[in-house]
This record gives sequence, structure tokens and C-alpha cells, in this order.
Amino acid sequence: MVAETSAQKTTPSIGEYLKNNIREYGLLVALVVIMLFFQYLTDGVLFRPVNLTNLILQNSFIVIMALGMLLIIVAGHIDLSVGSIVAFTGGLSAIMLVKWGIHYSIVVPLCLILGGLVGAAQGYWVAYQKIPAFIVTLAGMLVFRGLTYLILQNRPIGPFPKDFQSLSTGFVPDFLYFLNPLPGTITNFFSLVVVVALVALAIYYGLRDRRTNERHGTENEPFAFFAGQMAIIAAVAIFLGFQLSTYKGFPNVLVVMALLIALYTFVTTRSTIGRRIYAMGGNEKAAKLSGINTERLTFYTFVNMGVLAALAGMIIAARLNSATPKAGVGFELDVIAACFIGGASASGGVGKITGAVIGALIMGVMNNGMSIMGLGIDYQQLVKGLVLLAAVFFDVYNKNKG
Amino acid sequence: MDNIILEMRGITKTFPGVKALDNVNLKVHEGEIHALVGENGAGKSTLMKVLSGVYPAGTYDGEIHYDREVRHFSTISDSEHLGIIIIHQELALVPLLSIAENIFLGNEIATNGVIDWKQTFQRTQGLLEKVGLKEAPSARITDIGVGKQQLVEIAKALSKKVRLLILDEPTASLNETDSDALLKLLMEFRKQGMTSIIISHKLNEIKKVADKITILRDGGTVETLNCHNEDISEDRIIKGMVGRDMEDRYPPREPKVGEILLEVKNWNVFHQQHRDRQFLHDVNFNVRAGEVVGIAGLMGAGRTETVMSIFGKSWGHKITGEVHMHGKLVDVSTIPRAIDAGLAYVTEDRKQLGLVLNNNIMHNTTLANLNAVASNGVIDDHKERKVATDYRSKLRIRSHSIYQEAVNLSGGNQQKVVLSKWLFTTPEVLILDEPTRGIDVGAKYEIYTIINQLAAEGKGILMISSEMPELLGTCDRIYVMNEGRIVAELSKQEASQESIMRAIMRSGEKH
Repeated sequence: MVAETSAQKTTPSIGEYLKNNIREYGLLVALVVIMLFFQYLTDGVLFRPVNLTNLILQNSFIVIMALGMLLIIVAGHIDLSVGSIVAFTGGLSAIMLVKWGIHYSIVVPLCLILGGLVGAAQGYWVAYQKIPAFIVTLAGMLVFRGLTYLILQNRPIGPFPKDFQSLSTGFVPDFLYFLNPLPGTITNFFSLVVVVALVALAIYYGLRDRRTNERHGTENEPFAFFAGQMAIIAAVAIFLGFQLSTYKGFPNVLVVMALLIALYTFVTTRSTIGRRIYAMGGNEKAAKLSGINTERLTFYTFVNMGVLAALAGMIIAARLNSATPKAGVGFELDVIAACFIGGASASGGVGKITGAVIGALIMGVMNNGMSIMGLGIDYQQLVKGLVLLAAVFFDVYNKNKG
Repeated sequence: MDNIILEMRGITKTFPGVKALDNVNLKVHEGEIHALVGENGAGKSTLMKVLSGVYPAGTYDGEIHYDREVRHFSTISDSEHLGIIIIHQELALVPLLSIAENIFLGNEIATNGVIDWKQTFQRTQGLLEKVGLKEAPSARITDIGVGKQQLVEIAKALSKKVRLLILDEPTASLNETDSDALLKLLMEFRKQGMTSIIISHKLNEIKKVADKITILRDGGTVETLNCHNEDISEDRIIKGMVGRDMEDRYPPREPKVGEILLEVKNWNVFHQQHRDRQFLHDVNFNVRAGEVVGIAGLMGAGRTETVMSIFGKSWGHKITGEVHMHGKLVDVSTIPRAIDAGLAYVTEDRKQLGLVLNNNIMHNTTLANLNAVASNGVIDDHKERKVATDYRSKLRIRSHSIYQEAVNLSGGNQQKVVLSKWLFTTPEVLILDEPTRGIDVGAKYEIYTIINQLAAEGKGILMISSEMPELLGTCDRIYVMNEGRIVAELSKQEASQESIMRAIMRSGEKH
């Protein structure tokens, strides 16, 4: 037994390491390849500062909802109703802000709570009455779409007050404008500083983790690999940050999105709740017999999804500057596809936040790139469908081979 | 004799790590009722699966001669084609389809895919008359009782021109009247020249109908008794079933038995699905500190249901009775409460109920007590790793690290991971349900050693096992269950395979 343990401490070669972790890196590589591919096809429009900003504004809500959807899929369920919840909460916020003139500092938290209630209403049937989530949320999809038409009386409501709009379309101001070394090119120096600081932090923590791992005898990835990976991530991050800083800097939604991604990554990897969701999705009976309240856990994953869908609903309404009954039609499919492209398993128990985020970005870049190229919705749908199938096939293929 | 219809010669079948059948021989004459008996796990069902082609030719060694020819069945339909029909213990009927539809399922009377309903119903009517079942061919399976369902299975077998009918525990879930009817039917078939093989635990029934009895034990043939040559008593059969020498397979232990830890009083439980059927009747038992207590019984006796209903009411409904720990009444109505009360339950089926297979050893180890390695809902990686590493070395879990997924471990090591999980909840009474099922002899010995250590630490152990030698080798006291009741309590001195079997058989005859 001693021999077995010590034999394992030998560091695997880079090739082996890549093979073992092909899914994660494969996804990142796919994103980069797709970006470069569209950068080429669009004659460089994709990475232009204005377009990058648009890309973020257009996809933030998909990413945000993918965070909640990932938890639901990991728990072994599905939520088809998020597109309708988006429209419903967007409509509610419009009525309160525009018709009733309530201040956004009250409306925003209120809509998040209402979103949570919508999630609870569905989660109840799934968790406690054991009705398949597919059916419950299919019903929810119809019910909340119908309710949206009812409350909006079939008409769009807008425009929104400026301060509410800035939730979605605003930018983080340049707090450090007085330090800007290149005022001609860089228009938001603060954002560039933040990106560089984050990169430095990432490298610091990465190195610290490696040292902790070594102390505990846990396997590390090869150093050359770690360095190369860090270099690429740093280069890409600084490039994107620089591009953004030459336009208006960070959109507010980017900050919201980044904070949420960090929070949900933490929850899924470090918290007891996250661990229990993975265990429940992997084997619900075993989790239940281990004393986990699986019903309550399922219920709360749906509440959580409702809150995130409500947030997305308000972001979309603010961005379009009007709440329409048709908002969010088909979003559920983009969100679910993002999770599956990102490696989540349809049978539950498997999936990562980073995967879902990258999956959402892949979908977003494809949407954006094809729009710039002037491809119609017909081709866009066709290509997205094939990419989804290819990504999942890649998973299945890898699994059967390994 | 030349009227031998079936001869199986030297059948050996191995599963990874286990030899299920070892050089088994079976000779069946045309027109007889041949009983196949043996303890759980003796290899009866495996042998019948070999015969019927569930395990295709090539996956076992030995020869099957049927109708004087060597046969190689690679699918069930190969054997069915020659008239060998097996009726499994769990009936293979579709509950929401009619009797007629079930009888001709996969074998429909149809031209070009269009079913001839008139003929289907007519032929069903004829078959139902043959088996003496008075139900309309259009009745749904779910609306008729278990006994009648069994007859439908037989009618289905008749529809396939059966020559050798194999029945696996046909009367296990039937009441006495239905059982008698079924046995009479078998004797009727014998008159018409049909051959049957019947697997059963009910020795009194076997005595009634069988012409020959073949006894299996530990995957080998013990003997074949001819009921026409001598009067075979039940004791004679039991001796053949259990008569093996006890080797040194169990680590020695000096029991230091203390006060009563767990006491269950007047435990009554109704069936989970059949909600008006009482399944457990007035179950009373106790477990003392430092004591290993066994529950013996046949499959379906209600052992697993008893402990599951106690462990957070995970099975059954309308549960009444009291559970005491240290003489105080405790609330075990949910699993977290049962865990808090000091109970832990290592399930029978570790893959379905015990482990999250795609999680690693560490995650499985801490699952039932995650809060102990976390503060404010945030898991302390360092602490968790330490816990998992400690249990891995303490229970000698063989794996390359604590990060290995449970699915890639051997059965014995998987069981040790489940044990780690429950030991980490620091229970006072550990309930083990078939703790050594499907694991090899070496790992079994290690599990027994762990059980002994726990008992030495003053924990109470309640162990369910279908392997009687295992119970006799490890337990200080054994309760015997049958048909939802505790029918005997045997001290270590009183307990023997014969006394356990006798207690089961006698109680079975009383009802």
C-alpha cells in the first residue's frame, strides 16, 4: 500500500496531464479557436472595443442564468421556464417603475424576491410532489408567459428611468483618470488597472495553491503547464481589458456577472450546499440515506434559479429600455445548451460553473460573429445546434474511451 | 435411463472475483418435477440463468445436453425455441396491459404487424382454462392478485409450447390457497408429461410435489435425492443444504457486552406499496453495547424493511412502535434525527443506496457528516482531506489516493468507504445490511475485523446477513425473522444452521 501511494506522487507528464483533463482545456481551446475563427471571418470586427462591449451586454444575462441552470442540471433536473420568468419579472419591474413610479432601489430587490417566489412555486411541485421538472417547468413556461401578456395587456411598457437603465447599459466610471499615461488611446484607465491587478492576484493565488498542495502531498499539474496556462490567460485578459479600456471601460453588468461567477464557483466547489447538490445529483437515494434533506435542497435550487432569472429579466428590460411580452422567448434553450456545451451531464451530478460560463461565451461569440457576418437566424440556429451536438458527443466519446 | 430430457455437466461460472458455480451437475428426467434447493447464494438462480441462455454459451464452462443433443444457447429465445421456459421470482408482466396482451407479448398473433385480436382472445381463453384461471382475457394485470398473475405467467409459458418449465420461488409471495392451487397445477402438468424444475425454500411444499431433489451448496452440487426410493424428511434436506465445515474464516473476539443501547418495541409497519397490507408484526429486539447481534431470515422475511423503517422511516408507512436508546425514547422519524440519535445504516445495495459513485473517496467519506469538516457552510479542505486520509489508512482502503472515484474501487473497498462514511458520524449503533455481499473472502475477513474492533470500542452492531455461517461466525446473539415477524432469538450456544432453518420452516408452516 505504501508503494502504491508513493508511486502516485511522481508528477505526470504534460501529455498525460492533458489527456486526463482534456475536457476542461478542450473547452477553453474551443472558445479561443472559435473567437479567432470569427475574428478572421469578420475582418477583425469581433475584437473591436465596441463589439467586445456589445458581446458582454448581449450575453451577460445568458451567463447569469447559466449559473442557476447549472445547479439545477447538476441536481438532476431541468428548468424550461426561465425565458418566461425573464419576461414576467421584466414586465413587473416595468409596471412598478414606469406606471407606479416606484424608485428602483425598491423595485430591484422586490423583483428578485418575486423571482424567488416564482422559483419556489415550481420547486414545490418538483421537490415535494415529485413531479418531473420537465413537466412542471413546461407548465411554468406557459403559465408565466401567459401572465406576462396579462399584466402587460399585450403592449410593451417603457421607457425606463435613466438610473434603472444604467443598471444594464452603464459603465464603471474611470476613478483613476488622473493617472492615465495615454489619454489619447485609453479612455478608461481604471478598468485596465483592475484587469492587471486581477491577473497578478490570480498568479499569486495559483502559486500559493501549488505550494499548499505540495505540503499536503496533493498532485499538482506540471509547472510548465501551469506557467503556460497562466501566461495565456494573462495575455488574453490583459488584451481584452485593454480593448475595453480604449472604449468605455467595464460595463456594470460585467461587474455583476463577474461577482456572481466568483460567488457560484465558490458555492459549488467549497460550500456544503454545493457539495450536497453534487451528491444528490450523483445518487439521490444515497444522499437521502446520508441524512441530506434532498427535498429542501431541490426546492432551493429552483428558488435560486428564479432569483437569477429575475435579475436577468431586469437587465434585459433595462437594456431594451422596454418590457415586452415576447422578451426572453427561447432563452431557456440557450441557457441549457450553454450548460451542456460546458460539460454538464443530463443525468445529473456532473458539471462546473466555469464550464457553463465558457459554454455560454461560446454560444455568445457564435451568435455575435454570425450576426456580424450577416448570417440569418436560420444559419445561426443550425450552427448552434450542431455545436451542441458535437460538444456532447465529444463528452460521450471521451467517456467511452476512458 | 434414456428418458433424460436435460443434463447439465460440469457447469462452472465465474464472476469477477467470485466463483458462482463450480462443476455443477444436474440430471432431469422427462415428466418429473425436479426440485432445486439451497441457501441464498448457493447458485440456484445462476444455474437456471445458464440453462436459459441469460448467460450465453461461452461465458461458462461445461455442457448442456437437452433432448440428447449438446446445446449452446446464446439468448433466451434460443432456449425458449426448444421449449425451455423460465418464470422468474419477480414476475415479468406489464401491469397496465391486459392478460391477453401479456401472454402474447413479443409473440403476437399478427399478419403484417396487424394483431388478430379475435384469435388472440380465443387462444387466451383456452390457455386460461388450462391453468384454471377464471378471469377475462381483457382484465388488466394490475387488477388481479399476485397468485393469479403467477398463473398468467404459466399460461404465457404454455402458449410457447413449453416442454421444460422452470419456476423460481413460485410460491414465495402467495398465500396458502394460491400455493396449493399452483402445486396442484404442476402435478396436473406432470400427468400430461411435462417436466418442471422448481426452486423453492418451502421444503414442505417440495416434499409434497417433487420426484427428485437436487441440493446445491456454495456453488456446487451436494447430492440428488430420489423421493420415490426413500422417505426424505425436511431435516435430511436441511442437513444437505447447510452441512459444511466451518473453517477459520472469522477473526476471534472476546465479547464484552454492556448495557442495552438500542431497543425497539412493538414495531408495526405497513407495506410501502400495498398500503393496506401489514408487513411487520410486533417486532421487538435489542442491541447491547459491545455486542454483535444478527438477524437471520430468508429473502423477503422483512429484515431490511425492519431496519430501514427504523432508520428515519425510510421504508413503509403507518409505522408504530417505540425506539429507545440508552433506555430513553428517541425520535427517529427522519434520517437526520436517526443519525442524531446515534444510529447509522450501511445499506444492502452499496452502489444504488450507499455511494455516490462518480464522487471520490473523500467526498463520499464526509457526506453524512459534512458539517463536521465545515464552518458556516464552508468546507475546510484541509480538515476534510485529513479525515478522508485517516479513514483510508485505518480501514485499509486500497486506492491510489483519496481522490479516486468510488466507481473504480473493488466491492470490498467500496464497502469500506461506506463504512468510513458512517463511522465518521460517530454512531453508537451501527446497522449493517449484508455487509459482505459480493466481496471476496480476503475483504470479508477485513470487514469482520472492523466489526470486531467496533464492538470492542463499545458500539452495538446489528447485522443482517443471508449467509448463515457469517452470522454464526460473528454474532453473539441471533434473531430469526420470517414473514415480518421475529420467530426466534438464539444465543450463540443455541444457534446453528439447523436451528435457524428449523425456526424459519416451522414458523412458515404455522401461518
